[in-house]
Amino acid sequence: MKRKPRAAAPLRMFLAVLTAACLAAPAAWAQLKIQITSGVTNPVPIAIVPFAEAPTDGTDVADVVQHDLVGSGRFTALARDRMPATPTHAAEVKFADWKAAGSDYVVVGRVTPLADGQLAVDFNLLNSLTGQSITRQRFTGTASALRNAAHRVSDVIYQAITGIRGAFATRIAYVAVAGAGADQLFQLVIADADGYNQHLILQSRFPIMSPAWSADGQWIAYVSFENHLSAIYVQRVLTGQRTRVSMRAGINGAPAWSPDGRKLAITLSGNSGHPQIYILDLGTQQLTRLTDAPAINTEATWSPDGRFIYFTSDRAGEPQIYKIGTTPGGIPQRITFTDDYNAGPRLSPDGKLLAMVTRDDSGSYRIAVQNLATGDFRVLTHGGLDESPSFAPNGATIMYAARPGQGEEGILATISVDGLTGLSLKPTQGEVRDPAWGPFIQ
Amino acid sequence: MYRRTLVLMLLAGCLGLAACASKPPKPSAATQQSTAGSGAGAESQGAEGGANANGGPFGNQNSVPGPQQGMLAKRSVYFDFDSAEIKGEGTDIVAAHAKYLSDHADARVRLEGNTDERGSPEYNIGLGMRRAQAVRQALLLQGASANQITVVSYGAEHPVDPAHNEAAWSKNRRVDIVYLTPNIQPPQAPQ
Repeated sequence: MKRKPRAAAPLRMFLAVLTAACLAAPAAWAQLKIQITSGVTNPVPIAIVPFAEAPTDGTDVADVVQHDLVGSGRFTALARDRMPATPTHAAEVKFADWKAAGSDYVVVGRVTPLADGQLAVDFNLLNSLTGQSITRQRFTGTASALRNAAHRVSDVIYQAITGIRGAFATRIAYVAVAGAGADQLFQLVIADADGYNQHLILQSRFPIMSPAWSADGQWIAYVSFENHLSAIYVQRVLTGQRTRVSMRAGINGAPAWSPDGRKLAITLSGNSGHPQIYILDLGTQQLTRLTDAPAINTEATWSPDGRFIYFTSDRAGEPQIYKIGTTPGGIPQRITFTDDYNAGPRLSPDGKLLAMVTRDDSGSYRIAVQNLATGDFRVLTHGGLDESPSFAPNGATIMYAARPGQGEEGILATISVDGLTGLSLKPTQGEVRDPAWGPFIQ
Repeated sequence: MYRRTLVLMLLAGCLGLAACASKPPKPSAATQQSTAGSGAGAESQGAEGGANANGGPFGNQNSVPGPQQGMLAKRSVYFDFDSAEIKGEGTDIVAAHAKYLSDHADARVRLEGNTDERGSPEYNIGLGMRRAQAVRQALLLQGASANQITVVSYGAEHPVDPAHNEAAWSKNRRVDIVYLTPNIQPPQAPQ
């Protein structure tokens, strides 16, 4: 957040009150607790030995890595009290002992201070069956970035063993809601993909919804209803600087960044009950209308090449997913035909899978994916009110909002696109919804 | 108006910094809430815009502004699942408010469309708008003027009953008619 050097008197007064409020206010911050809900039948056994650590803020690198890998559902980790030794260099590892303990892989590493005050995280991934080193790497950074370095270690290990690029060192945005009725409080939050390291982006008594990341991860677009007016904002994550890009009559909703970050697809209704999809050029402010059916048209998601938009429309009487070109005058093509309710589409990063909310015969709302090449349609989740799917940048996992049961608050959950592994992110209080998984961080 | 804006800022400030006791989130935008953008956002708030007696922006059921006689005291029109058809008592409620608006040219209302929690959030915004527009059209047909009515859809974001069952859902599928102070300029429709 940038402030002008000389604040006017009312602003100074405001800042003084802010400081006082900080001291007096109770902690109203909901942490997210991870619980693994499903995993593959033959997870890879691995041992993450505690790293030799420089004095730090208390971040246990090996513990963070272990949570990442086990949380993926594809690994089991050897408990520390069952480890035969605590080596921190490859040369100290007696492979027969680890093989006997049941670990196919062993990770050893160290955190060491550098001359410039930064920290170096060195690790070595070893195969205890062959006695070979699979990969060894070093990440450097400030002490405050130690958790991030640990997630990068997880990314390397995950890719080396599964062949899939890891997405642990990424971030998510979501909306936290506390209270009900007149006391409702909405928070737009950014956190690491494991729910740690939360940052408050916006707080409001009015609803906040539909956060969307720009492809470079520097901006968030969202809908906020401040003063009972729906409006779309784009906000720079690092500085908090924000711009209101649309506050027209009726709906201003469902922002989605074009792959090049120059445009937003948005939904506008004006004074009609027929919201339409527009493309807003953020540089020129030019508005281009894409749809015209007298129906609900909303929830745009871009193809990776920027040439098409997939969206929800009930032009056929029920919500289904359609596809239209991003140059005006295109003819929409219907994409989904399974079940009588498909909405909230999101394209996978490679553009091959379409995730959505589907309603099945029992009236349950669940996350499904459709293979766009084959038409194969698969329901991945088993909840009753699952919604808001969002792909991890590696395309391997979908995060979504779920309500675990009658009378329970909303949580975030993940499911792998093969439906095999999942976990839940439960707030310590209140409810969370509307997850948006950010891009890879360069 | 200035005082009301300040109250809102203070409220935002207290809430925004409540977090720093346990974790250090950056309340970057919360502090900007009243200054972001230029013009309408911060200035056009009516009595409903700032903090009410009970602390929230959505008002207190015990002190609702606007006419209170007979059917006019009823402010919510309810809908069937996946429907925007005004039915039963809703027809009489809309008729009463249409007559009031027709007789009081300075009266202003905001129609707030709502859905139950089921389904995709932005699609629900569309459904809520469809309901709000159904009420708007009915008010216009019965004598209200377009400049008396603003419309917003909260979709599933503003339930009156947060429970997760049919009894709650039927209360949440509604359009609320909210009377405003008369100086609000509605935003312009897209061209």
